[in-house]
Amino acid sequence: MIRVILPPHLRTLAHVQGDVELEVEGPVTQRSVLDALETRYPMLRGTIRDHATQQRRPFLRFFACEQDLTHESPDAPLPDAVTSGKEPFIVLGAIAGG
Amino acid sequence: MSKVRVLAGTRKGAFILTSDGKREQWDVSGPHFAGWELYHLKGSPVDPNRIYASQTSGWFGQLIQRSDDGGKTWHQPGTPPGEPPAPGPPKPASNKFVYDVSAETGKPLTTHQFYDGTQHPWEFKRVWHLEPSLTDPDTVYAGVEDAALFRSTDGGQNWHELSGLRGHGTGPKWQPGAGGMCLHTIILDPSDPKRIFIAISAAGAFRTDDGGASWKPINKGLHSQYIPDPRAEVGHCVHHVAMNPSRPNVLFMQKHWDVMRSDDAGDSWREISGNLPTDFGFVIDVHAHEPETIYVVPIKSDGEHYVMDGKLRIYRSRTGGNEWEALTKGLPQSNCYVNVLRDAMAVDSLDKCGVYFGTTGGQVYCSADAGDSWTPIVRDLPAVLSVEVQTLA
Repeated sequence: MIRVILPPHLRTLAHVQGDVELEVEGPVTQRSVLDALETRYPMLRGTIRDHATQQRRPFLRFFACEQDLTHESPDAPLPDAVTSGKEPFIVLGAIAGG
Repeated sequence: MSKVRVLAGTRKGAFILTSDGKREQWDVSGPHFAGWELYHLKGSPVDPNRIYASQTSGWFGQLIQRSDDGGKTWHQPGTPPGEPPAPGPPKPASNKFVYDVSAETGKPLTTHQFYDGTQHPWEFKRVWHLEPSLTDPDTVYAGVEDAALFRSTDGGQNWHELSGLRGHGTGPKWQPGAGGMCLHTIILDPSDPKRIFIAISAAGAFRTDDGGASWKPINKGLHSQYIPDPRAEVGHCVHHVAMNPSRPNVLFMQKHWDVMRSDDAGDSWREISGNLPTDFGFVIDVHAHEPETIYVVPIKSDGEHYVMDGKLRIYRSRTGGNEWEALTKGLPQSNCYVNVLRDAMAVDSLDKCGVYFGTTGGQVYCSADAGDSWTPIVRDLPAVLSVEVQTLA
């Protein structure tokens, strides 16, 4: 079970509170986690990755296990602690005013 | 008894203001979509309970929201909250605005002029304006940044670009205004379902007479000193265009500078700024029952986006332009430095026409007597981006 922490606005949009728990089939990567997230919560499609390019939105970042994974390949394996559910995969809004 | 419902989009959410026909006592609901920018909300003229909203964010991109109960509840079209995932083909994506570059119906993705004069590729950023069909509650048009026109025919679940506009061929001469290169005005001609007017900052006004397949610039008579050829076919920073539905060939325009009028569906324009203290501004609107009565809010200049002399004054012409009177009763006449943005004025269709506008200072004002006097409905909202009003039976 993969745990995902979403920024508050996306939690509101998905009608969830707290962590999101997801089953991910196959290799656990940024792409597979986000694919599973968007399948479970289709209202989040386009809010983390651009619809057309599938690129991460520029004001969002990905952290896990005290590491900045933002610029890692979307197909790189996530840390074992994320795969095991011990640590969450964090989607974070950049601190940029607002 | 008649009611009115005012839809206010702000920098930090949407607010819905309702009153009876007297327009004296108001109920305020909101913020809806708290913390998000609500560029525009508009109700279907066919089904007033059907309201579309453009919800957008620099962080999370564009969302479309829809209400089918007059703004009490909302959902993203095609993805009702709480619906479990189901196998099968992908669900609709109501926030998927992808330029149509297909060989069958699309146009190549070209470039437009950027702020520094270089060419820049088209990139979708947000929806500025939603215009529901005059005849079908499931059909709605979206004007977007970078400038293009999209249409949904399934209640906002799927969007398809009417690419003939973006592919008009003059795109390399279009450029962004300070707010971005936005398509901000969509006017549907009630007398001709195939005729649509749109306006883009900074490209100008365009018209289609074939339902959106082909478009022609309608900027003859505009003069803009900030472009190399002041009378160019395109490149003008049109801020807003308004029409009274009873006279669809008469259009009124607030350009960056200059207030303009066309009596031939945009084929030619003439200036009607007349005695305005400044003819820079964003909004323009037309009285619901008097098609020669129009309203603007003069703004000091393009470098100082606030009203002149610290006085919030609406200007009304009852002669179709040129002769303007300042409307001040109930409006602050000292130390006021707000702006009224291009989509932030609306009129209701009650017998005594109501006029509404919202300010960047968070006030929404109502005049229940066609502008003679004004009262604030609310004073302290986030900066108001748009105001629409529905007149309900």
